[in-house]
Amino acid sequence: MTATSTTPASAPEAVSPGRQAWRMFRQNHSALFGLAIIALIVLASVFGPYVYTVPPREMVWMPLTPPGESEYLLGTDYLGRDLLAGLINGGRVTLTVGLSAAVLTVLIGITVGALAGFFGGRVDDVLMRITEFFQVLPNLLFAMVVVMLFSPSLLNIAVAIGVVSWTSTARLTRAEFMRLREMEFVKAERSIGAGNARLIWRVILPNAAPPLIVVAALSIGTAILFEAGLSFLGLSDPNATSWGRMIGDNRPYILDSSWGVTFPGLCIFLTVLAISLVGDGLNDAFNPKLRQR
Amino acid sequence: MSGTQNILEVSDLKVHFPIAGGGKVYAVDGISFALPPGVAFGLVGESGSGKTTAALACARLNDITAGTIRLNGQDITRIEGEALKAARRDVQVVFQDPYASLNPRERAGAIVRRPLDLLKVGTPAERAARVDELFALVGLRPDQKELFPHQFSGGQRQRIGVARALASRPRLIICDEPVSALDVAIQAQILNLLARLKQDLGLSYLFISHDLAVVQHLCDRIAVMYLGQIVETGSRRQIFTRPSHPYTHALISAVPSPHAIGGASSRIRLMGDPPSPISPPSGCRFAGRCAHAQDRCRQAAPPLADTGEGHAVACHRANDPEVVAAREALIRAAPSG
Repeated sequence: MTATSTTPASAPEAVSPGRQAWRMFRQNHSALFGLAIIALIVLASVFGPYVYTVPPREMVWMPLTPPGESEYLLGTDYLGRDLLAGLINGGRVTLTVGLSAAVLTVLIGITVGALAGFFGGRVDDVLMRITEFFQVLPNLLFAMVVVMLFSPSLLNIAVAIGVVSWTSTARLTRAEFMRLREMEFVKAERSIGAGNARLIWRVILPNAAPPLIVVAALSIGTAILFEAGLSFLGLSDPNATSWGRMIGDNRPYILDSSWGVTFPGLCIFLTVLAISLVGDGLNDAFNPKLRQR
Repeated sequence: MSGTQNILEVSDLKVHFPIAGGGKVYAVDGISFALPPGVAFGLVGESGSGKTTAALACARLNDITAGTIRLNGQDITRIEGEALKAARRDVQVVFQDPYASLNPRERAGAIVRRPLDLLKVGTPAERAARVDELFALVGLRPDQKELFPHQFSGGQRQRIGVARALASRPRLIICDEPVSALDVAIQAQILNLLARLKQDLGLSYLFISHDLAVVQHLCDRIAVMYLGQIVETGSRRQIFTRPSHPYTHALISAVPSPHAIGGASSRIRLMGDPPSPISPPSGCRFAGRCAHAQDRCRQAAPPLADTGEGHAVACHRANDPEVVAAREALIRAAPSG
């Protein structure tokens, strides 16, 4: 990698902006560490239930058994359910809800922000007033109302989280669009016959992507925390056990079995930490000022 | 379509931008000019004179407040959709900043091919061949098609910009300060490329610049803009040997010239800034900075009056001995033109 820039470009190699970013990301050890943790958690959640086949919702041993005192490595909860099996299966639920809520957040946020930022004027006024309306609502309270109005199914929980958390994505997208729509390459694209739809989705959005990817990654972490909060308050799908639900269920017994809340708490902490590390790494990787080195 | 028909005819073009809190910016305030085929028409003026706004309006990239723009005789001021696309094939733009005018996420080949796809020029196979042809035409190697804009130098990027503008075989190219963002050595390369393309392809240019030296090199006809209006227009020869508007005098005397060394006293220095385009003065817009201004200049705006042979000036005192004497002094100091 020493001589690539000094040798005459006899056979020039195309370096896309995405590849440049990946080169930066690869050198960021904490981001790679975060990526490794995420990979581990995802693998454990997806394939774990097939490898570790203890049923997560059945009584398998004495209730409140501490870790290491039985064949069930992390001990049991107040109903005698295996905590490790709970974590592995709960990971699926937590990640699914977190991911789908984040997807919804990003979809709503980008659509609203892109239209407001691109068209400006009255469109911007209307969309920003709606955004502000959602911004001033207390997030947790509003999400609770949504979940209680409809049934607390996984889908409804994900929708509730998405519906209350898209505003910051919308504002960021709007700002990026307002910056980029005045750029000459957007004018150039218009002069060669591009319509608004192409300008918004194919020309401006890819160029606005770097900060949005960072926000999207971080919003998965936020959504996981949000889901944990709702579950802790008892607003969870009765047919699915997430990490947050495990904390909520074991809370009354915290003095007798600290492990019942510690392990799911640790899982949430690790996941969100890893997502933050990756988010920061992406942020640096997309920063052209750090790319020169 | 006859060969003598003007490629571009702009009449009484106005582009006003509303500003927050009421009021308007009178960026372009009633300009008219015509561009015969094969001619390079220079539109010069300082920053804020409205030259870029006017030029981009001709490519339908700005909202037009009033006036008409005719391209090959067709009124394109209000057309939309497919009709506008068809018109766009005939008028393309080379932008000012080659670092901002190329989409950073697209490969050079894709950038040059895009107008062919969007404007539906030729079959897909023809388009690929046309991209190769265009790369050769502007002096780029075919293996550079796969590269991204950040892998090119400023001059190479502007070549990509020129290739993109040429793709749909337009008859008119609007050059919006195409060299002002480039190094001087590279400027000459791009100007020579533009001159050669004009010759070989029979192109017409609407060439925007604040640099009279650049305009002198390339343009056949010149219009000088000040605060949204044309103050003087004529052939290159007329503008450089008989500049009649005091503002044109100032512009010409600002051109760096080897002859001017030691003769710095002959340079006309304009004091102050142009008036605000939000509330332009009612009389001659240049009166506030003009060394020859009189009361009538401040009261009534002078019309753009033809002084013969296509040379038009908007100045009450264009034939006044005082102004003519200033011109003579200027021409003697800088024997160019």
